[in-house]
Amino acid sequence: MSVFPTLDISATGMSAQTIRLNTIASNMANADSISSNSAETYRSKQPIFKTIMDNETGLPEGGVEVDKIVESKAPLKMEYAPNNPMANKDGYIFRPNVNPVEEMANMLDASRSYETNIQVMNTSKQLLLRTIQMGK
Amino acid sequence: MESIFGIHEQALLIRKERESILANNLANADTPNFKARDIDWRKEIKNAQDQMDAKKFAPDLEMTNSRHIEAFGDMTTGDYLKYRVPTQPSLDGNTVEAHIEKAKFMENAIQYQASLEFINGKISGIRTALTGGG
Repeated sequence: MSVFPTLDISATGMSAQTIRLNTIASNMANADSISSNSAETYRSKQPIFKTIMDNETGLPEGGVEVDKIVESKAPLKMEYAPNNPMANKDGYIFRPNVNPVEEMANMLDASRSYETNIQVMNTSKQLLLRTIQMGK
Repeated sequence: MESIFGIHEQALLIRKERESILANNLANADTPNFKARDIDWRKEIKNAQDQMDAKKFAPDLEMTNSRHIEAFGDMTTGDYLKYRVPTQPSLDGNTVEAHIEKAKFMENAIQYQASLEFINGKISGIRTALTGGG
């Protein structure tokens, strides 16, 4: 284990939240990317977090990481648009299953969590600096 | 030999440990099925006190040679890690409640500084004694 475990733990939290923000950005950017068949349509991506376990003690002490990124199973939005050049032979286009409201709520949560990790890091830094100053 | 800082040295170590446990809770605020943990402070400090009392007579490391130096093993907090009882469990099984964890983290940071102050006080006391107050 590191000499400054708290800093490492908060750093893992920040990087995990960054990945979460990245997937949200990707989802939002692709919210309007239409397609002519369901297989090629963009699907909302969601990261799944996992605690990093300490191999020596078996305790959850090492922070957090992104275990995997899964695609949302929500149904795609089928739209009847025969005039659209992307429409299939039945006149339908497919829109991604990205829910902008959900993504915005997730984004706020992710940025709050990111801030929390920064606060923890700052407090920890102050305590460490005071420890170094001990007896002076 | 007993530390001149008494229980405050142990207290500082436990605060440090608790800090990383609470930081881990906050880092895992969005991890499915993560259970928030905390140290049972009362038991932990009692254990540290008992260890300190015991150390005077029984060192942790066995001395098989007369030239060996007395040494003690580190204390561990593993036995005193308890799971937090959530007031509102969430759907994904995560029991981290950010506001509670933040409050505990702040409380722990202040207690850590208090322990540091005690040690600083001891040091300046010893310094005064050594220099004769001059």
